Amino acid sequence: MQIYLPIAEMSVNVLVLIGIGGLVGFLSGVFGVGGGFLLTPFLIFIGVPPAVAVGTGANELVAASVSGMIAHWRRGNVDFQMGGVLLAGGMVGSLVGAWIFNLVYGLGQVDLLIGITYVVLLGGTGGLMFVESLKVILRTKEDAPPARKLHSHTWLHGLPFKMRFRRSKLYVSALLPLGIGFAIGILAAVMGVGGGFMLVPAMIYLLGMPTLLVVGTSLFQITFVTASATFFHALGNKTVDVVLALLLLVGAVVGAQIGARIGAQLKGEQLRVLLALIVLGVCLQLGYGLVATPGELFSMARAP
Amino acid sequence: MRAWVAPLSTLALLAACLPARGQELVTDVSRHLVAITSSYSGTELLLFGGIDGGGDIVVVVRGPAEAITIRRKDRVFGVWANVEKAEFRSVPSFYAVASSRPLDEIAQPRALARLQIGAEHLRLGAVRDLPPERLAPFRAALLRLKTEADLFSAEAGQVSFLGNRLFRVEVKVPANVPIGTFTAEVYLFRDGNVVAAQTTPIFVDKLGFERAVYATAQRQPALYGLAAILVALLAGWLAAVAMRKT
Repeated sequence: MQIYLPIAEMSVNVLVLIGIGGLVGFLSGVFGVGGGFLLTPFLIFIGVPPAVAVGTGANELVAASVSGMIAHWRRGNVDFQMGGVLLAGGMVGSLVGAWIFNLVYGLGQVDLLIGITYVVLLGGTGGLMFVESLKVILRTKEDAPPARKLHSHTWLHGLPFKMRFRRSKLYVSALLPLGIGFAIGILAAVMGVGGGFMLVPAMIYLLGMPTLLVVGTSLFQITFVTASATFFHALGNKTVDVVLALLLLVGAVVGAQIGARIGAQLKGEQLRVLLALIVLGVCLQLGYGLVATPGELFSMARAP
Repeated sequence: MRAWVAPLSTLALLAACLPARGQELVTDVSRHLVAITSSYSGTELLLFGGIDGGGDIVVVVRGPAEAITIRRKDRVFGVWANVEKAEFRSVPSFYAVASSRPLDEIAQPRALARLQIGAEHLRLGAVRDLPPERLAPFRAALLRLKTEADLFSAEAGQVSFLGNRLFRVEVKVPANVPIGTFTAEVYLFRDGNVVAAQTTPIFVDKLGFERAVYATAQRQPALYGLAAILVALLAGWLAAVAMRKT
């Protein structure tokens, strides 16, 4: 069953879109991340123009993350104060990100920008996550419970403008969550992702937030950052396809349900190793695309 | 009964097209308005007509002109990046040629070039900031990429004759054409010269829901962005409610 997408200006099989949404939703259900880092490459792969893939990806993630956020909110696992500070940085970041995207779009280097940011960030987080979770698995096998500090103090804790976050039991500089939010906001707009795969480790390792609150709070921040990225892409590039976003969503909702059930049966570190492998796989695939000699050296684009 | 009514009515139309004495070429097209709706996956235009006194038929369907940028990749610090570009200001978004015989048997290249029949004769409005010998590969790439995207086609022998007076040809228009006014040109060639020609406009436009979405995104981008966010928030909330129930 074919459907015509009004902004992407192409005719696509509905089942393919629901399938992609379902797969991404399934992974987000299993691992608790939005899955945007898979969604954008998938869309580009089926022929959606990269700019539309990024703008629409952000739109779909608004829906995916708000439904996740509501579920965590019900269990009281959202630190709105911390989320708010992260968000303030994120809003400014997504504005800057959309501006960078627009600039690079004009230069004709969007494919390269998307490719390089994906490879660097997926490679970095995937690698870290893989090493860290492998260590945990090896440690549990040795049956030696490690002595752990609540969180370690570094120069990051010497920054000014300290704020007390009661829910997270933290007393840190507001600049830290602001900066993290800002960086993630840029990525959300440039890559068409929510940034959960970066935000979650940043909150755990840089901020030292309790793990219980991390996912809900990051989803809170991602909901608003992807919303603002959607807005700036619609305003500046006119590349948000609502029809495409909604079709992806239908699959994502069902996929997330199934994924959440399977995820509940796996251990945390097993989940992280698996996620790390998927992230590294996507990274290698995109990296190969950057260095391999393309079959066609020329590309065609409608001039603005 | 339906099964034979349709071909019969086409025949009746064709018969009506038989040119009166002294009128050498009469043509029409099956649809003057191509509506792009959500089920649109490309369309087929049927062009038909009648000629008087024999000759060859060449049909050219052109989409609205658009500006195209062609970029060339090269290795930069180990990765492939766009390094050079050429701009073409008036490239037909869609271009199909169909003829009753191979074009080189119908007319001399000069006659074809004058009417821009055949992709190699198209005047593309190249922005000349590259020397001609550097521009040529970009032009070749443009034609190649357009052909690969099914947006350019040139096939001889597609125009079929019923008897020696009635002809018909089907032109496939893919889903990825932009909206705008297309033209269907029908030329009657005899002894290498055009003896009659007729041009018919075909309007391709998004209709209904597709049009509303596209027009809002273009003209009211802020409103569109807010609506896109609201729809996503609503959908996400509904999903959360549904998940809680199960």
